[in-house]
Amino acid sequence: MSARIGVVTFPGSLDDADAARAIRIAGATPVALWHGDANLHDVDAVVLPGGFSYGDYLRCGAIAKFAPVMSLIIEKAQVGLPVLGICNGFQILCESHLLPGALTRNDHQHFICVDQKLQIESTQTLWTGDFLPGQEIVIPLKNGEGGYVASEATLDELFAENRVVATYVGTNPNGSYRNIAGISNKAGNVVGLMPHPEHAVEALTGPTTDGIPFFTSVLKSLVGAS
Amino acid sequence: MARVVVNVALKPEILDPQGRAVQGALGRLGLSGVIDVRQGKQFIIDLEGELEGDRAELMDKLAGELLSNPVIEDFTLTVEN
Repeated sequence: MSARIGVVTFPGSLDDADAARAIRIAGATPVALWHGDANLHDVDAVVLPGGFSYGDYLRCGAIAKFAPVMSLIIEKAQVGLPVLGICNGFQILCESHLLPGALTRNDHQHFICVDQKLQIESTQTLWTGDFLPGQEIVIPLKNGEGGYVASEATLDELFAENRVVATYVGTNPNGSYRNIAGISNKAGNVVGLMPHPEHAVEALTGPTTDGIPFFTSVLKSLVGAS
Repeated sequence: MARVVVNVALKPEILDPQGRAVQGALGRLGLSGVIDVRQGKQFIIDLEGELEGDRAELMDKLAGELLSNPVIEDFTLTVEN
């Protein structure tokens, strides 16, 4: 039986269907999770998709962290459940304190939507093991509040511990400190990414298929664990 | 009745692009000498009865956990009982 990967739909999620499709293309079974769910339906991993959960009211991801399904995910993530947060999902992971720092409004004030070149900085996480260290990829980036900020001490720690997962190549698209596009927690099971790998899994609809390894990487870790 | 007013602002070291845009607009509209603009938000919370004891403690905690994000924001809380 293939691995079961949950995709949470919050009111205002946009990219849950694409995340489920990416999971299917990677060879796993997507499992729809609802923000009000009181159990995780035996999923082996979770993707928090992009969008505007709860209308981005208060702060992006601030209300979502109190959703019933999130309290379960936070608890399990702290003991190893693989969790990938994309865009709004990344914001939710930061608000939930599963990842350090925060995402703030793009420094240039505009919403951005581009095919973005990234460099994979860490292949040590459960979601990036199928990349080569230093590999350059191109996947879509679309956000209004994607500027990654954290204290200097936190930024130093992230680099020193090899927890910066990907950086922007070329012009910094949103003012993220030190060009950070994604980070992981210490254990490497929780990853937050501002760009969207789930939109780059098929030649017909994406700029590349560079997003697929994020979803296949986690499957290897699940096979290895069982 | 108690009225709680919570003001939230980005920490000084965090770039505030909205404040910067407002600063530019103020200058374009003829206001001279604008040194800096920071944009924040204000919550006005009306409560039954007086705010004291455990409820005051919880209000203070939620101002730091829900109404603001301590990573990037500071808040001030005032109570009018």
